[in-house]
Amino acid sequence: MTTLPRTLGADTARLEGREKVTGTARYAADHGHPDGLFAWAVPATIARGEITGVDTGAALADPAVLTVLTHENAPRLEEGVDPTLAVLQSPRVAHRGQIVALTVATSLEAARAAAGAVRLDYTSEPHDVLLGLDHPGLYAPEEANGGHPADRERGDFDTAYDEAAVQHDAVYETPPLHNHPMEPHAATAWWEGERLCLYDSSQGSSTVQQMLAQLFGLGPERVQVTSEHVGGGFGSKGTPRPQAVLAAMAARVTGRPVTLALARQQLAAVTGHRAPTLQRLRLGADRDGRIQALAHEIVTQSSAIQEFVEQAAAPSRTMYVSPHSRTTHRVTRLDVPTPSWMRAPGECPGMYALESAMDELALACGLDPIELRLRNEPDREPDSGRPYSSRHLVECLREGARRFGWQHRDPAVQGRRDGRLLLGTGVAASTYPVMVSPCRAEAHARADGLIDVRVNATDIGTGARTVLAQIAADALRMPLDRVRIHVGSSKLPEAPVAGGSSGTSSWGSAVHKACEGLRRQLAEHDEVPETGLTATADTTEEAKRGQEYARHAYGAQFCEVQVDTATGETRVRRLLGVFATGRILNPRTARSQFLGGMTMGLGMALTEHSTVDREFGDYAERDLAMYHVPVCADVPDIDVHWLDEEDPHLNPMGSKGIGEIGIVGTAAAVTNAVHHATGVRIRALPVTPDALLPHL
Amino acid sequence: MRSTEGTGCADTTTALTLHINGERQERTVDNRTSLLDLLREDLRLTGAKKGCDHGQCGACTVLLDGRRVNSCLLLAVAADGTEVTTVEGLADGDALHPLQEAFLAHDGFQCGFCTPGQICSGVAAIAEAAEGWPSAVTPDGVPDGPVELSGGEVRERMSGNICRCGAYVNIIDAVREAAR
Ligand code: FES
Ligand code: FES
Repeated sequence: MTTLPRTLGADTARLEGREKVTGTARYAADHGHPDGLFAWAVPATIARGEITGVDTGAALADPAVLTVLTHENAPRLEEGVDPTLAVLQSPRVAHRGQIVALTVATSLEAARAAAGAVRLDYTSEPHDVLLGLDHPGLYAPEEANGGHPADRERGDFDTAYDEAAVQHDAVYETPPLHNHPMEPHAATAWWEGERLCLYDSSQGSSTVQQMLAQLFGLGPERVQVTSEHVGGGFGSKGTPRPQAVLAAMAARVTGRPVTLALARQQLAAVTGHRAPTLQRLRLGADRDGRIQALAHEIVTQSSAIQEFVEQAAAPSRTMYVSPHSRTTHRVTRLDVPTPSWMRAPGECPGMYALESAMDELALACGLDPIELRLRNEPDREPDSGRPYSSRHLVECLREGARRFGWQHRDPAVQGRRDGRLLLGTGVAASTYPVMVSPCRAEAHARADGLIDVRVNATDIGTGARTVLAQIAADALRMPLDRVRIHVGSSKLPEAPVAGGSSGTSSWGSAVHKACEGLRRQLAEHDEVPETGLTATADTTEEAKRGQEYARHAYGAQFCEVQVDTATGETRVRRLLGVFATGRILNPRTARSQFLGGMTMGLGMALTEHSTVDREFGDYAERDLAMYHVPVCADVPDIDVHWLDEEDPHLNPMGSKGIGEIGIVGTAAAVTNAVHHATGVRIRALPVTPDALLPHL
Repeated sequence: MRSTEGTGCADTTTALTLHINGERQERTVDNRTSLLDLLREDLRLTGAKKGCDHGQCGACTVLLDGRRVNSCLLLAVAADGTEVTTVEGLADGDALHPLQEAFLAHDGFQCGFCTPGQICSGVAAIAEAAEGWPSAVTPDGVPDGPVELSGGEVRERMSGNICRCGAYVNIIDAVREAAR
C-alpha cells in the first residue's frame, strides 16, 4: 500500500480558481447564444387583487420585441409542488413584485423598454402586510421548516418560571433579510425538440430538473439543467426560482434560446428571503445561573400562497440545560412575498435571540457570560434525550477566550472609553445541525490512468468541486491530479442541493463510497481494461444512520466594538470565531466559509434591514443602495480558528457542515458587545445609529 | 421600467470604435446600450458581471483608459474612442497578472462572481495609490508621494466592490500583496 500524504485535510487551492480570476468561468447569464433572445420580467404593482386588462400593443410596436407573455397567453403549466413557480398562470396577484408579464426581444435594451411599456389594469383589494405579536391571523402550523415540530413542551414551564429566583423576559426582533447573492437569478433556456435544456443559477440542478419536468409535463430525462458556476445563493437558489420557468416558457414560445436575468430590484419579491421574527424569550434560573425554565416563542409570517415557518425556536431545544421548556412557532399569512431559506434558517435568528437572552441572564445573575454557558452545558440533548455525537462548545468558548484575551475583560458596562468612543466586548455561541441526504455518485477509471468522478454537486462558492476531488483522491489513495471531478449538471448522478450545510456530507459520502468501490476493483486488475472500470454508489441507506445521536456543530464568537457617542455608529474592531465542526477537509476553503458567514452575520447585526411598505406591500429596500450588505470598509480583520474534533458518528470523512454556522451567533456577539460598551440593549436588529443614538 | 412611452428609440444607433484588451473593435450600437452590455452581449466578454446594473456593486468594473469605471453606468456611446481593459485582458498570455495570482494565493473569492470586478478595481486602486491619490482615510493634506496601502486604505478604496460571499479579509491581503 502506498503511503501518500493524505489529500483530505490538506490546504488545497480551488480547482476552478484560474477560471474565476481570468473571467472565463461562465455563469447562467453568460451563455448567450448568437441566435439568442433576451427576456425581461414585469412585476405586479399592486399588493393584492387581480389583473383585469392587458395591453401589450405599445410593447410589441418595436419589431425587436417578439412576444409578451402574460397569464392570457403563456403556456399552461402542470400543477407543481411550489406555488411560487406557477408564473403567468392566473390573473390573481398575491403580492407586489410578483412577476405578471415577460417581454422577449432580440436585445436586452428592447426587452427592458418593452417591459416598461406593458400596460396592465388591476382591481386592487385591501391588503394586510404588517406582522405583529397580536396579528389576528396567527396560527400554529403543523410543523416548522426542516420538519421541526411547531411546538414542544417539556416539564412544567409556567410553574418553574414562576418559581425561578432570576427571571428574564424580553422580545427580540429580526427584520426581513435578503440573501442577495452577487449573481442575480438567471437562466438561459432552449428546446431541442421535446427536450428542455437550460443553464440555471441554482444550488441544485437535480431539483430544478425534477421540478421543471413536472411543470412542463416531461419525463425528467427530457430536461437537462446545468449549474456549472453559481454566483452564490445563500439559500435563495436552493429551490427553482421563476427565472428558470419563465426562460423555458419563452424559449418554447419563440423557438429560440432565451436568457432571463432578474434585475437586482426584483429579487427581494420573488427569490425568497428570511422572514421577520418576533421572539419572546423567557429564562428562569436559580441564583447560580442554572436554567430551570426556558420558553422561546416565535411569531413570524409567510405569504398568502405558501407556508414557510422559520424554525427559530429549534436551537433552544438543543443548546442548554432546560428541565422545563416550551418552544413554539406561530405564523400568519400576509399579502407579502414568500419567505424561504436564508443561510442558517432557524438557527441564525433563533440564536440571536437566545444568545442575547443568555447575555442578559448572565448580567442578572452577576456571572461572566462564558461561565453562565458552562454552567448550562447539557450532557444529553435536552429535547430528545439523545447523547451528542460530539459537542465541544465549552472548548470553543475556552479557546476563544484565551485567544481573545477575555480574562482581562472588566464586566462593568461603559467601562472603556477612548475619546468619544465607547468600547466593549461580547461573546455568543454558535450551533448548526448536522444533516445529510441520500446521494449517488460514480467513479470511473480510464485506461489513461485518470479517474473521472461524477456527482451532481453544485459549487456555489463553497469549494465543493475541490473538496470532493480531495475526498475522491483520499478514498482512491491517489494523488489529487489523477482525479477529474465532474459536478454541476443534471446529466450526472443525482445529488441533493447545496444547502443545510449538508452538501459535503451528502455528496462526499457518495463519492467516498464510489471511490472505495473502484479502489477494490482496481486492486483486482493488473491494469485498467480499455473500456475502463466503473463503480457506482447510492447512499440512501447510509444517510439514515446516526440518528441515535444528536449531531450538531458548535462554535463561539467574540467581538469587540466601538460605539461613537456623537454619531451612534457602531464599528466592529475585532471578530474571532472558534469552531468545532468535525474534521476540516480543506483548511483554505473552510476558513473562507467561516469568514463569509461571520461577515454576513456582521451585516445582520449592524446594517441589513428591510421594511415592508405599509402602503404598497412590498419591500422598500430592494437594491444594494437601500439594503446595506457589508462592504470592505465594514469588515475588520476576522480571526478564524477551529478545534480538531473527532466524531465517528458522522460520515466517512468525519466532517460536519461549515457553510452556515459562521453566521450563527455573530449578531448576538456584536450586540452583546454594544451593550457592554454602552449599557444600551437594542433588541431589534440591526443596531443602526438611529436606534442607538437616542440612548447614548 | 416606468416608461409609458413605448419603446421609441430602438432605431437610434451609433457607430463606435473602441480598443478592447488591445484590439480595435468597430461596432454599431443601440444608443441605450451600456458599456457592460456591449462587452457582455455583443463582444461576448462575459468576464465583467452584472450584479446590479445601477452602479451599486462594482461587479461590472473595467478599466477605461486605465481608470476603473462601473461599466453598467456608462453608455457605450460615451466610451467611443477609449481603451477598455476587462478581466480577460489582464493576463499576459499564460502569465497571470500579479493581482490575479494574489487572489488565487489568498483565496480572495468564493463564488467568483464579484471577482472580475474586484480584480479590475484592485489593479486601478493600486495604481491610484502609487500615483499619490488620497482616499477618505488618507491623512489630511496632499500626499507627497505614493500612498502606502495599509489595511485601512485598501478597505476604503475597495469598498465600491461588494462581495456577498464575504471574501473581504482575503481580498485585502491579496491587494496588499500585489501592491508590494
Ligand atoms: S453591475 Fe455595475 S455596479 Fe453593479
Ligand atoms: S466571491 Fe462571491 S460575491 Fe465575492
